[in-house]
Amino acid sequence: MLHAVLSAATEGGETHSPVIPELYDILWSSVCFVIILVFFWKYVLPRVQKLLDERAEAIEGNIAKADEAQRKAEAALEEYTAQLADARTEAGRIRETAREDGKKIVAEAKDTATVEAARVTASAQAQIEAERQTALVSLRSEVGTLAIDLASGVIGESLSDDAKATAVVDRFLADLEASEATAGGKK
Amino acid sequence: MFVVARAELHAPKQEKALLAHALNLLVPTATEDGEFHGPSIDEFFPGALLFEGTAFEINRIMLVRFVAVIALFLVFWLGTRNMRVVPGRFQSLVEMGLDVVRVNIADDLLGKKDGKRFLPILTTMFFMILFMNLTGVIPFLNIAGTSVIGVPLVLAIVAYITFIYAGVKKSPKNFFKNSLFPSGVPWPVYIIVTPIELISTFVIRPITLTLRLMMNMIVGHLLLVLFFAATQFFVFQLSGWWTIVGAGTLAFGLAFTLFEVLVAVLQAYVFALLTAVYIQLAVAEEH
Repeated sequence: MLHAVLSAATEGGETHSPVIPELYDILWSSVCFVIILVFFWKYVLPRVQKLLDERAEAIEGNIAKADEAQRKAEAALEEYTAQLADARTEAGRIRETAREDGKKIVAEAKDTATVEAARVTASAQAQIEAERQTALVSLRSEVGTLAIDLASGVIGESLSDDAKATAVVDRFLADLEASEATAGGKK
Repeated sequence: MFVVARAELHAPKQEKALLAHALNLLVPTATEDGEFHGPSIDEFFPGALLFEGTAFEINRIMLVRFVAVIALFLVFWLGTRNMRVVPGRFQSLVEMGLDVVRVNIADDLLGKKDGKRFLPILTTMFFMILFMNLTGVIPFLNIAGTSVIGVPLVLAIVAYITFIYAGVKKSPKNFFKNSLFPSGVPWPVYIIVTPIELISTFVIRPITLTLRLMMNMIVGHLLLVLFFAATQFFVFQLSGWWTIVGAGTLAFGLAFTLFEVLVAVLQAYVFALLTAVYIQLAVAEEH
């Protein structure tokens, strides 16, 4: 059957076997191959390679950018945290100071009050003492006067002379004290 | 390595069987009543348009190839003319296509460094074959640029030279030792293994690369022609009730057109992938 086909082909004039290459066939095939090879080698593939590099770079750039942003965010967070801690310390410190100040004020107030009280007490006592002294002095003079009046009346002698009067009263009082002392001593 | 060798030894047989089958399909067309114009192998050898009889002869298939090359240039020139880091739709599509070779073939099999070295060759193979395959299903072109032996053969030779170059450049001793004397076998086995490896590595590989691609495209074209010629024959020559049969063959023709698109992509991928595998085996330290 194959022979029939081949003989039919032969009748056409030429014998063609599909596996025997013609010279022009090889030539044009090679030309096509070389042209396409050069085209891909020198034009298409370098461009594609460049593009792929650019793309990789862009992706890397984006990653770097993201890293940078992350770093910044972390730094901001750290700073914020630090500030917060500072603020907290500051607040604690202020509170502590306030507490101490308060204590101090209270203590001072207490001290002042104590001193004031002491001063008031002291002045009161001093006044009392002074009044007592005054009372004593006036009492003494009055008692003297009375006694002298009484005595002058009794002895009929005026003791209005001050110097004499005072001397009399003093002697009287001294006598009184002496007698008291002896009475006391006898006892 | 054995498995690969066996597969390679098998492959040409299958493809020869395919070819024979395809040729047998032609036979009834040649013997029938002359009204039915079926496909013939001569379709792959159309008359010359320019420079007839010289080494620069240009026929319809050569023109189809030029169209494929121009289309390829247009697509990749427009796709990479103004590349953006954030791609547009067309650029994404072009990048996706280039990534098939760059990532799925070159980097996966050869690693980053060697992948980059051989990327231009692998990319060229993949897209040259893809575009020339696709002309087989494009209206008015209707024939694959790879269905004539030139392109498959030239590319297979390129693959052959490339993997031998890669192996020899890396380490001639290792390359030939790994290729011909696979490790892990007792030495008497080499008497059998070495000739098999020699033939499979240095003879069969380029042949299978060439034939697999070319036969796929020839058979694809013949099948499509057969379906559409039959449709023409049933609908216009026989007409009447035969039109129904014609509708059936038309449906098959359309289905196989889609199938041919798949085959076009698959063959381009397989060719580039096998080339990468051969390079990878050649530069491997040890199997």
